[in-house]
Amino acid sequence: MLAMLAMLAILASSSGCSPAEAVVVAEPKLVEQPAQRSTNTWPPDFTRLSADLVPAARTTNPQKVLLRGATIMTAAGSTIENGDLLLVDGRIEAVSAEHLAVDDDVRVIDARGKFVTPGLIDTHSHLGVYPSPSVEGNSDGNEATDPITADIDALNGIWPQDPGFERALAGGITALQVLPGSANLVGGRAVTLELRRALSSRAMVFAGAPKGVKMACGENPKRVYGARNARPSTRMGSAAALRSAFQRARELQTVYRRHERAFNKWQDNAERKLEDRPDPPTRNYGLETLIGIMDGTLLLHVHCYRADEMVQILEIADEFDFKVRSFHHAIEAYKVRALLAERGVSVSTWADWWGFKMEANDAIVENLALLSQAGARAIVHSDSQIGIQRLNQEAAKGYHAGLAAGLELTEDDALRWITANAAWALGIHNHTGTLEPGKRADVVLWSAHPFSVYARAELVFVGGELEFDIAQNPVRPWSDFEAARDHNTEVTP
Amino acid sequence: MNKPARALSLAFVLLAMLIAWSSSASAQSIALVGAQVHPVSGPLIEDGVVVIGANGRILAVGGPTLAIPSGATIIDVAGKVITPGLVDAHTGVGMVEVDSVSATRDLDRGGAHLVRASYLAADNFNPDSAVVPVTRAGGVTVVNLVPRGGLVSGQSSWANLAGAGATGGVFGPATAMHVALGEHGSAVAGGSRGATLMMLRELYDDVVFYRDNRARFDENRARPLAASRLDLGALQATLDRRMPVVFTAHRASDILAALKLAEQLGLRPIIAGASEAWQVADELARRAVPVIIDPMDNLPQRFETLGARSDNAALLARAGVPLIISTFSSHNVRNLRFYAGNAVRAGLDYSAALKAITAAPATSLTNGPANFGTLEPGKRAHIVVWSGDPFEFSTQAERVYIDGAEVSLDHRQKRLLERYR
Repeated sequence: MLAMLAMLAILASSSGCSPAEAVVVAEPKLVEQPAQRSTNTWPPDFTRLSADLVPAARTTNPQKVLLRGATIMTAAGSTIENGDLLLVDGRIEAVSAEHLAVDDDVRVIDARGKFVTPGLIDTHSHLGVYPSPSVEGNSDGNEATDPITADIDALNGIWPQDPGFERALAGGITALQVLPGSANLVGGRAVTLELRRALSSRAMVFAGAPKGVKMACGENPKRVYGARNARPSTRMGSAAALRSAFQRARELQTVYRRHERAFNKWQDNAERKLEDRPDPPTRNYGLETLIGIMDGTLLLHVHCYRADEMVQILEIADEFDFKVRSFHHAIEAYKVRALLAERGVSVSTWADWWGFKMEANDAIVENLALLSQAGARAIVHSDSQIGIQRLNQEAAKGYHAGLAAGLELTEDDALRWITANAAWALGIHNHTGTLEPGKRADVVLWSAHPFSVYARAELVFVGGELEFDIAQNPVRPWSDFEAARDHNTEVTP
Repeated sequence: MNKPARALSLAFVLLAMLIAWSSSASAQSIALVGAQVHPVSGPLIEDGVVVIGANGRILAVGGPTLAIPSGATIIDVAGKVITPGLVDAHTGVGMVEVDSVSATRDLDRGGAHLVRASYLAADNFNPDSAVVPVTRAGGVTVVNLVPRGGLVSGQSSWANLAGAGATGGVFGPATAMHVALGEHGSAVAGGSRGATLMMLRELYDDVVFYRDNRARFDENRARPLAASRLDLGALQATLDRRMPVVFTAHRASDILAALKLAEQLGLRPIIAGASEAWQVADELARRAVPVIIDPMDNLPQRFETLGARSDNAALLARAGVPLIISTFSSHNVRNLRFYAGNAVRAGLDYSAALKAITAAPATSLTNGPANFGTLEPGKRAHIVVWSGDPFEFSTQAERVYIDGAEVSLDHRQKRLLERYR
């Protein structure tokens, strides 16, 4: 009976949404107030989520929590010894060097001797699209049927039951970008998720995060298509194909703008007639993704290893007037770090992976530290279902390698590689990535200094909700795939 | 210290001095003085002394009262930590330069042959590889070179990482025969686990036949055999138990199948991979079968690893299984110490973790007593001086000795750093 009531309540609430919010609109609505029009109303975003599927539909119950007496590493420049961190209603209420007096309804956690950081953020993950088990039936990361698949979206490939998600959470990850793979020059759209249990990838979407786009240059696309005797089989072919695609997008953008002007003009006419309404142009979802890159609504992430290729991509970016938000892998970024710093391009890379192909031959462990010192936004990414469980350790490698080489670097700088800088690359830096009042309560309590190999995440809060508690370990795994797993099995990395 | 202990340690010191003097090479010996010493073969020594003889062997290991041979070069390493050189039991170091460049990849015999028992990984080792000094800078002094591919992949060998111009790297006889069970084994054997085991039984049947009918075979009077003459001959060493067989197996049932096959044929098994080994830990401990694992393997990435968990190492050690930790890598072997640290993070004892990357691989994969992997008088002087706890990211290897000679910690990546810093 209760279940039925609950069902009715859900139906009532979903039918209560206005149609405009609930469905993806194919055409702009006829709005009466021209002032409400924003620029670029056309085309509507084809990947927009239905209102009743976005995270707000989740039942949320963020707790009021005070973490008392911890070393608070803010990733915002300061570290507070023996400080208090107060989380209220899913937000950070206070970060204090003084002990805070709180009401009885606040759960006080003794965090003395422990460390608190912002939730860790991975800019490069294939969790869900290349899940565990790694079998053909679940392999949805590369639409390797065409070198430019700008119309596809990683969100459609994500299997939320990937057991990798809960392992990543246990490693302190609170947000991650899931991207298509690197077989294609333009792989498609990437999505930023917050790490929580869900039956649909839609319910994991990080509220307020812009979409990303994955592009790739270098060895992968030319290997995949070259092997089929198709284009591109060389870096020349890759550059040419990218230019052509952006040129087509620019031409379509002109058509769209012309339509938008005509439409607005018609709409602004008080005596408009329906039969005079301009017909919309034929849509091209793939080119719309490239238009999104050019108009800045989509953040561009480019898989690119070699320094000279990063320069080449920036050259194309100048030609078509768009920005690269982050170069990924970027083994040779240290060689062009001044340029990357000046252009405001962030660099997502590993601490020390190397040698697996020619373009990964010049890796150095000091890459992150050199970038940081040069003023570029350095980021540690994982690109791995194992690595994502210990981003803090990868940052520690890069940090200590930098110190050993005599580079100027603070612990806060290195913490930003896995928090604030990653948040910036994903466009969620106003929401998360540092421990500052007003930010989302994405917080990790560590058993020891997070740059120690022995440190474990003990508590992980995502949007103020306690999503991982080591004291609840061993736990029943989330994933239905692991339903038969021994309940005494731990999932902590 | 109580009186008997003091007397014992005095006796030890005298013995060490005797050894030192009798070696008649004290002029060129080296004494590392003042570090915290992990001999692995015995308890931790605070403020310890390690003496390296000119013959490349360890002369003495002891506490602050250990007498240092006159003429020895004394190196103050106070505040540092000394361990044996680290040993990785399952690597491709020096057998592949760049993974995607097939001309530099020599891990695999290649071709359609399933049985490659006479294939020697040692033949592929390049002591000049850029990977060698990078790995060495991570405190790894000895690696096992492991062949890949096929059903019987071939024989592994020890190599030290002293680099070019020294001993050439490879030392000792081949360490083990490598056999693939589980998903990989069944894929190469035609599609099932049963096919894998059937082929292995037939193969060993022919090893015996070939041994007993060598003359007839040479006169071309024998029936067709399951493998080539060289392969059947090479497998003989495993039947004689002179050489262990490393079975790569992950699923608990595959591990048990390996144990059963080994028992039937009289082989000495070692299990590599072993994601679900914790489920059969008692069986492994009862037979004292060494297990080589990656302690960060905790995901059901394949159906044969559904039970993978990060405390596999801790559970195996607790059950008494001889535990070996490996990176199973070619280029990331320098991180071996962090693999051990992560095993400690997941509950393994510190000393068991250190043993799992030093003495355990050395003894398990050496036929007869191993002459490296611990800090004991007479052992090869493979020694690392660390700035702190070797499992921590804040720690660097400051000095590395291989066969008593200090080796360079410079490498291509450091040259790149210098070019661009």
